[in-house]
Order: sequence, then structure tokens, then C-alpha cells
Amino acid sequence: MPAVENTIVICAGGACISAGEISVKESLESTLKEYALDEVVQVVETGCMGACDLGPIMVIYPEGIFYQKLNSENVKKIVEEHLLKGRVVKEFLYTGPAGEVKEKPQEELPFFKKQVKIATRNLGVVDPLSIEEYIARDGYFALTKVIKELSPDKVIEELKKSGLRGRGGAGFPTGLKWEFAKKAESNVKYVICNADEGDPGAFMDRAILEGDPHTVVEAMTIAAYTIGATKGFIYVRAEYPLAIERFSHALETAREYGFLGNNILGTDFSFDIEVRIGAGAFVCGEETALINSIEGKRGIPRVKPPYPAQKGLWNKPTLINNVETYANIPPIILHGGDWFSQFGVEGSRGTKVFALAGKVNNTGLVEVPMGITLRELIYEIGGGVPGGKKLKAVQTGGPSGGCIPEKHIDTPITYDTLKELGTIIGSGGMIVMDEDDCMVDVAKFFLEFTVEESCGQCTPCRDGTKRMLEILERITDGEGTEEDLEKLKELGEHIMKTSLCGLGQTAPQPVLSTMRYFWDEYEAHVKEKRCPAKKCKELTRIVIDKEKCVGCTACARVCPVDAISGSVRNPHEIDSEICTRCGSCLEVCRFGAISKVSP
Amino acid sequence: MSFEEVKNTVKKIYEQVKSENLEERDNLINILHAIQEHYGNYIPLEAAEVLKELTGRPLSEIYEVLTFYTMFSTDKRGKYIIRVCKSLPCHVTGGAAVLKSLKDVLGIDYGQTTEDGLFTLEESSCLGLCGVSPVMLINDEAYGNLTPEKVRKIIEEIKEKERSGVK
Repeated sequence: MPAVENTIVICAGGACISAGEISVKESLESTLKEYALDEVVQVVETGCMGACDLGPIMVIYPEGIFYQKLNSENVKKIVEEHLLKGRVVKEFLYTGPAGEVKEKPQEELPFFKKQVKIATRNLGVVDPLSIEEYIARDGYFALTKVIKELSPDKVIEELKKSGLRGRGGAGFPTGLKWEFAKKAESNVKYVICNADEGDPGAFMDRAILEGDPHTVVEAMTIAAYTIGATKGFIYVRAEYPLAIERFSHALETAREYGFLGNNILGTDFSFDIEVRIGAGAFVCGEETALINSIEGKRGIPRVKPPYPAQKGLWNKPTLINNVETYANIPPIILHGGDWFSQFGVEGSRGTKVFALAGKVNNTGLVEVPMGITLRELIYEIGGGVPGGKKLKAVQTGGPSGGCIPEKHIDTPITYDTLKELGTIIGSGGMIVMDEDDCMVDVAKFFLEFTVEESCGQCTPCRDGTKRMLEILERITDGEGTEEDLEKLKELGEHIMKTSLCGLGQTAPQPVLSTMRYFWDEYEAHVKEKRCPAKKCKELTRIVIDKEKCVGCTACARVCPVDAISGSVRNPHEIDSEICTRCGSCLEVCRFGAISKVSP
Repeated sequence: MSFEEVKNTVKKIYEQVKSENLEERDNLINILHAIQEHYGNYIPLEAAEVLKELTGRPLSEIYEVLTFYTMFSTDKRGKYIIRVCKSLPCHVTGGAAVLKSLKDVLGIDYGQTTEDGLFTLEESSCLGLCGVSPVMLINDEAYGNLTPEKVRKIIEEIKEKERSGVK
């Protein structure tokens, strides 16, 4: 068999697959076969490389040339030019906002260079279906070290030294949590991985499970050894079929290799993991609701205390961490707690994976040291806001968080600073919004989500959020009063104080936070019946400037509801009664004749 | 479909799931997933009766689990379930226009099924593909970077596939 000359690494993360990775891979493989290159060129599918907006992506080694936005056609050309003739195909390389072309953006761009990858160290590097590749990257070394050399107390000591805090949202110190679970007395204990990643805009857990499932298997096994559990569960959302598939595969191979199951690594320690699939309920991300769901019940939260570390699954002591938290464990064990705590700042140690989404040029996943500023994250790493628009705010922490307005973007991101700003890091979703986004609309949007996802168990959350939403709907419809604003605030504060679980207690956050920073926008909606961002449908109209319109009919042709009338070469007109404010006409007008107005 | 048929099917699935899992106390949700898959996207209400007998749990408890989770349906749904992400990242990147074109091209609203029994439209919480928003899931396959035109094309392709009888 001839030696492999080139290895092509192709990103098979969820985002690249949805952008067409499968047809790219098929075309690549058939073209390689056509030119009899299939024995000397190896194609490897990896997990998420992070740069979702560039997908589908592939990198050709040994040179490391990075090709982006591929389809089944252009990949053929890359085989013919790059592999056969040794010429880099410039047109499919990364092109920056200023038109600069880069062959190896992964070594040059701040998006890649500023990252410190710990939890996501193997993403885009290993084949998630290969346990050998995971082992080659020091996989299962930490488990071996723990079982052969470390006592459970020593593991907990390292975790405490590392300063790692839960990455799922609440930020509870991980070492302490493990200690509670270890100290709880019981002959049966459980380890759970919370993979019910539900916060809109956060997708790091998905990427880790899809791209490096073994790290979670290894960490859960370490956890079981430490606290004395023999049984583990991972609860994955049904919305993540690929993650379920790859994680299940990892479980099978880990058992074959003796890292899981009976007598792990030849010792008398035994532990196994089962997969549990959710069925579409956001509230199951709350740990006690998740436990109820694993027990085959409705996913409704329990009253805390007792905490799961005392009484969890089937009332037995249970350790529950989220995916990203687990992914940090093997490196901490291997390199020590002190090594981990050198990253980040006081109170927020290590790195955090953030998911950049919304109005930002480079969307995707980035892992950076805690304490980085929002400015670095949005402008240097994220490449700024598209279309030269002005940054307005960044929503963090999903429906449990709040927004950070543009004026605070130099604040370092830590658990404490974000708390002061009235929001949370949450699971790390960062939704970037620009001047075109209306903050009242955003708040309403989150409330719609909460109303729908409230489990209905306690009154403040079930009924309170519904009343808040009604008020917000009145405001965005132009029927709000000043009294409504007061009521909204008061109601929000009550819900936070009186709800049963963490989700209810934080549900009003998006409203209170936008009221805190964008009070003038709320007032404009109520007092002037005006939406400053020109987003709220009832307060906005789209109009055609008769002076500028040349009657090209482009707008009338694109209008999905036939709201635009006019004959060729004569100025057109929009019927506001019919118009849905979809904005399609705005995009096609080449004469700048169409604009939004409010009121 | 007779009650006998449901009874036999559910019983078989129950035994199957039971044999796959190491834990026995907790498999109701897994069983419901398997039943739903068997009947093609829905769970006949009779299944709850059968499960009552098999699991010894009260009917009310089984029914509450069956109706709590949005992914379970007791109504017949289409061959293709389209789940449109309605989260903020999709919303700020043009999700509303995508949704509108979907509703137009299918001629149905949320929670409805097309007359030919092919498509059911549902909304979904975040699909975790925010990097390529707006996004939708058709059965287990995700589609990203959607535009109104792209949506039309995807639906047309599925319809075409069905017309030509390709499985």
C-alpha cells in the first residue's frame, strides 16, 4: 500500500453538515477515486473547527492550506489543481473583510490565534469516531493517572486548586460540588452529564459531544471513581441527533478498550454510562427537572435543598455537571490545578467557550481565557459587526441573562463583572445585536420563549411571565402606557423573588436588563408611539420616495404580498395595510428610494 | 388500527427497550420515543392504556409524561417534521422571512400537517446551529444559512423525491 501523501481534514461539525459538508465529502472522495488518488490522500472528518460562518471547511496537510465555503463543484477543482498540480486554488481561500487572501487563516487570524483551547482542545483535530486518535492526544491518560496514582481526595484537591466553576450557567465551584458528592454517605451514587443545552445561542456542548465525545466519557469515569459511583447517565436533547450518535459510538469503543464497564483498566473499579434522550423541554436543563426526566417523569424542577449531591436521582447522592465542565477535567488532572488557574482572573479561572452568533462577522465557537473584554471578543476575534453597522448590545446568558450595552464593552468578562452589569455568563452564548435591533422586541422575544417553556408548576413563572408578555405586546403594538412600564418592572421583580427554580427566578432578566440600559427605547414606544430601531411592525411603515423612484418595478416583483403598485417608469407606492414589513423591497432597490419610517 | 394491534406493538417495543437498558425503573421516555418512531411520528392514545398495564403506573402519570414533552404527539403527523428554530440568533438574522416563506410554500401554520400528509410544521427551541442561522431541522437533518428561496428549493426537492418514489 502506498504511503499517504496528503491528509485532508474536513469539518463535520453540525453547522458545516447543515451547510452541505456531506455532499462536499462525497464529491471529494469520488474525485479522488477518479484520479486514483484515493490511496495516497486520506480524508478525515473531524468535529467543529469553530468558524461556522466559513463552512463547509477543509484543511489540506502537510501544508495546512485552509479552504472554505466549499460545495461539491469547487472541491473537484481543488483536487485537480491543488493535489494534482500542486497549485493552491486562490479563489476558495479565506478572504478577509478588506479583500486580503490568506492561505492559513488558522495560523494568522485573531479568531484562531487568540484562542486558548482546553475544553475544545480536540475539536477539529481528531476524528470523533476514532478512540485511537483520542488516545494519541493523551486521551484516557488522565483516567489512568487517577486510577493508578491519585486518591479521590487528591482529585478534589486539584479541582479546587484549578478554580474551575460550573460552565452550565450557575458557576458553582466544581471541586466543592465533587466533594459534597463524595462525602454523601450511600452505597449507591450516580454521575450525570447535563447535555440538555437549551440556552438559545449556545452550542458548545453540542460541538464537544459531536467533536470529542471521549473527553466526556473519560471525565465522567473520573468523576465516578472520585465520588464512588458505579452508574452514570448522560441526558442529551433530542434536537441533537448527531451528538447522540457519536457519543453512543464513543461509549461502545470505550467499553471495548476497557475504559468503561466492568473492571476498568484491570482494577476492581466498575462504571458504566447510559444515554437518555430528552423530548423537547427547555426546563429539563435545570438539574432537578433533568433528574425527574431521567426517572421517566414530567421534567419539573424539585425544591432545593436538598441538592442533588445529597438527594438526586432516585433520591441517591448524585453529581451533575454539564458537558463543557467535564471537558475541562482531563487536562486539569494531567497538568494540575495550578496550570489551569494560570489562565483567567481571580474568581474566574481558566478558559470559557463562547458561542458567537447574531450580527457578528465571524460566527462560531471560540475558547478564550476568562477576563477577556467584550471588545476583544466582538471586534478582534469576531471581526466586528457586518455591513459597517453600529454595535448596540450583546445578549449573554440566554433567557436567564441580560444584555450588555455597547458602552460597557471594555468590561472584562468574569462571573462577577457580568453580575454587576445585571447579566450572567450563563452557558456562554453571545448574541450580538446592531442598531437595527429593537431592545423591546428582543425582551418580548425572550418572554415568548419563557412563557412557552415554563413547566407550569409554580404560579409566578407560569402566570407572571404571561402577564409580562401581554404588557410587552401592548408596548410593541403602540398601545402601552407609562403605567405599564412600572407594572412590568414590579412584576418582574416579584417573579424573581418568588419562583421555584432557577429558570423562573431569572426569566424576567432580559426585560429588566433592557429596561435598565434602554429605558429611552421603552419610553419612545410608550410616549411617542415610535420604535427607534424601526423594527416593531405596528410602529413602522415602509415608504417609497417618489423623487428617487425610477419605476424599475424590482420592488413590486419581489414583494411577497403584492403590497406595491405602480407602472413601469412611474413612481411606485406601498400599501401599508397590506405590507408585512418584511423588508425584501429594501434589499432590492438600487436607487435608495425605499426606507423605513417610525412613526 | 385496532386496540389489539396497538397492544401487541407496544408490548413488543416495551420488551425490546427493557432488554436494552440496564436500568428498569426509568424507561418510559425511551419507550415513548420508540413507539413514536414505530408509528411514524405520533403515539396513538391507546398506547397509554397498554403502558398502564405493562408498567403498573397510573394512567394519569403516563398521560402527563406523554403530553408534557413537545416532541411527543398524540396526533398523526406528516412524514417530514419540519422544526423551525425560533431562537434569537435566528430571529435577528432573518428567521421571520424564512418562516413566512415556509408557511407560504407549505400552505400551513404551526402545528398543522399538509393535506398530502407529507409535512408537519413545528417550532423548535434553539437547535444549537447559531453559526449558520437561520436554521431548521427536517426529521434528523439540519439545514442552515436559510433564505426564503433556499427554503422553497428544499421543500420542492423533497416533494420531487416523493413524487418519483425514491425512498
